[in-house]
Amino acid sequence: MDFELSDEQNMLKDSVERFVKDNYSAEARAKLADTELGFSRDHWKTMAELGWLGMPFPEEVGGFGGTAIETAIMMENMGNGLVLEPFLSTVILGGGLVAEAGNEAQIEAIIPEVIEGNMMLAFAYAEPQSRFDLNDVETSASKSGDGYVLNGHKAVVYHGTTADKIIVSARTSGDSRDENGISLFVVDNNSSGVTRRDYRTIDGQRAADITLKDVKVGADALLGEEGGALPVIEKVVDRAIAALCAEAVGAMQAANNITNEYMKERKQFGTPIGKFQVLQHRMVDMYMEAEQSKSMSDMVAMKLELDDETERRKAVAAAKAQIGQAAKFVGEQSIQLHGGMGMTDEYSIGHYFKRLTTIEMLFGNTDHHFKKYAALAS
Amino acid sequence: MDLTFSKEDLAFRDEVREFLATSLPADVKDRCDRGLHPTKEGQTRWQKILNEKGWMAPNWPVEYGGTGWTITQKYIAAQEFGYAAAPVATAFGVSMVGPVIYTFGNQEQKDYYLPRILNSDDWWCQGYSEPGSGSDLASLQTKAVRDGDDYIVNGQKIWTSYAHYADMIFCLVRTDSSVKQQEGISFLLIDMKTPGITVKPIIGIDKEHSLNEVFFEDVRVPVVNRIGEENKGWTYAKFLLGNERTSIARVGRSKRQVERLKEIAKAERSGGRPLSEDTDFINKLTRIEVDLMALEYTELRMLSMIANGKQLSAEPSLLKIKGTEIQQRLTNLLVESFGMYGAPYEAERSYAGRNEAPVGPDYAHGPMAEHLYLRAATIYGGSNEIQRNIVSKMVLGL
Ligand SMILES: Cc1cc2nc3c(=O)[nH]c(=O)nc-3n(C[C@H](O)[C@H](O)[C@H](O)COP(=O)(O)OP(=O)(O)OC[C@H]3O[C@@H](n4cnc5c(N)ncnc54)[C@H](O)[C@@H]3O)c2cc1C
Repeated sequence: MDFELSDEQNMLKDSVERFVKDNYSAEARAKLADTELGFSRDHWKTMAELGWLGMPFPEEVGGFGGTAIETAIMMENMGNGLVLEPFLSTVILGGGLVAEAGNEAQIEAIIPEVIEGNMMLAFAYAEPQSRFDLNDVETSASKSGDGYVLNGHKAVVYHGTTADKIIVSARTSGDSRDENGISLFVVDNNSSGVTRRDYRTIDGQRAADITLKDVKVGADALLGEEGGALPVIEKVVDRAIAALCAEAVGAMQAANNITNEYMKERKQFGTPIGKFQVLQHRMVDMYMEAEQSKSMSDMVAMKLELDDETERRKAVAAAKAQIGQAAKFVGEQSIQLHGGMGMTDEYSIGHYFKRLTTIEMLFGNTDHHFKKYAALAS
Repeated sequence: MDLTFSKEDLAFRDEVREFLATSLPADVKDRCDRGLHPTKEGQTRWQKILNEKGWMAPNWPVEYGGTGWTITQKYIAAQEFGYAAAPVATAFGVSMVGPVIYTFGNQEQKDYYLPRILNSDDWWCQGYSEPGSGSDLASLQTKAVRDGDDYIVNGQKIWTSYAHYADMIFCLVRTDSSVKQQEGISFLLIDMKTPGITVKPIIGIDKEHSLNEVFFEDVRVPVVNRIGEENKGWTYAKFLLGNERTSIARVGRSKRQVERLKEIAKAERSGGRPLSEDTDFINKLTRIEVDLMALEYTELRMLSMIANGKQLSAEPSLLKIKGTEIQQRLTNLLVESFGMYGAPYEAERSYAGRNEAPVGPDYAHGPMAEHLYLRAATIYGGSNEIQRNIVSKMVLGL
């Protein structure tokens, strides 16, 4: 057993840390979040050049064959600076689905482009009625000639605005909550029949609701086996959850550091507020939550590499549930300990609070994952 | 001890219901129900309707324009306002400075300011906090120096809610630096149009503008605008904070939030079933509802003690702590109930001029803004840590 990083992994960590330090000061991040795009294409290029966009892909297609541990290292450090580029959407989710389910032609058409930084992806899985259930799919794909016709409404698609291609889950057979009958399709964002409603999210990112109306795709748009996509989706979403957990750890550590420093500087009643015992204990609780989360995040990254599916899914549910709770606590208390200062948009702590709040919800909130764990563990 | 309503009480309840059903403007109600900041125009329009009815200041003595309601009637009115999503009058005038003026002000001040508060002629704001003086309010530095019949005020206030709407600000200023902090503070009423005052916006984490910084540079304030005696301002300030702490509990509003959650939970789905059947969700909501009931009866018990002439010390701090924690839990659960639609969020002004509604179900528009803003509920009005310090010292003698 070993929780230490290898030399190579340490280099990766240093490289992401440096990128964040150079590009993600609180002011720079606020500026970027407020642009139309919401992130920087230059940063995206840099990420491609540094090889990060190819990290999790197999070497045969030009990737680095990194594991979930490499992903976690990157995400944790990006979480530290609340990085805005669509790494999770494009590389882990979109790229992950293509690499996992795609045929040779699809992989060759998409993955090298992703690695080069030329193509962005998004995964449209949620629907207005689905809440967090990946099997709750009403969007339909009916056979038509050689291809399919897609109809439906996809909700809160993170980075759906800037994605060149959107991976859509749609039902090719069965009832709306059946586990069988779900298929994945690669849809060009500018296909006729695709209508997007773009908007901002509380964490300063961009998302879209996407309506598909008689969107025609060819047979080559089908990703993986018709009707058999759910296991692939679950696997890739589990990886995304593990990545989010690592991001949350980075964000919690940063929020704690900022708060800790503030408690040393801010004086009331003639003394630093960090001298008040009730606040010291609160800060210790926040620190402990972040430490517990770091352990869970490392644990889940290692378990993702195991073949035992039940073990993997239990680990993911447990990590997300624990980290979701911790993220809320740390986010809320960071604001509380700052007093009025924590309530301003100009100061960084509120942005950590907001990202941590969203992470708690994304891919299922704490309740959802406790339920899932209970079902798997019984 | 008796909890039953008399026939008169029931008739009064019907009257309040009827009034709210017919007189509350739909747009004002909608903003209040969603938890959005009031607009100056809407809030003022509604307060004028309240004043016409004679209901602007239920807590004031009748001689100054109060309603003369019994505590039961006040309770009934608060309940009905909450259920109907009717905003109560903005606190700064009616609940904060008004009672200070009729308790400590002179006759001229009462005659001039009280009717103007009732008729919403002046929008008031509260100039207490400063950059270096939040929890430790008594350390405030904004100075007022006597110059003939005026004070000359220099300094800075911060977190001043709605200063950009305000016609008047009530301010704590230092008039003596040579004595114990609490003994050198005076309470001034200042016209916001006086030369030398600058208001700068602070955008909140809700991306909205409700907070401000207020700068004073050689601002001349007539001495007649001082409340009570020079250097006695701390007494008046503390009297005001006591009132602030009770009004901050907002039981009526929280009860309405519980109802909204129940309605929304019927529309949302979890695991393919209505969210209202999800045991985790029901559990959380029920716990809040029962806590809210405990808070409600604690408030009533305290009001009854006051009505029976008993002196309370720091007990109202309990209402502030519990009330604000419940408000936060409710908006947390509201946002949680929307599932993925808890993520979209844009400031209201970004919708101005667009003719599309915010994305997601209509009921999801508002609660996120309120959820973000209400992180401040455990900070403003004396933070909950400070309230606990007060209770431990004043009530428990620790
Ligand atoms: C949305 C909002 C609206 C506001 N509106 C107004 C307004 O209209 N007018 C006005 O005058 N002010 C207003 N305020 C200011 C508010 O009263 C102050 O924010 C509050 O008193 C806390 O002061 P501070 O922000 O300086 O925090 P600090 O006093 O610096 O507190 C920081 C943290 O330290 C804790 N702390 C401080 N001292 C102690 C102690 N002795 N023991 C334990 N913990 C301690 C606090 O609880 C807090 O968690 C508003 C604030 C907000 C956020």
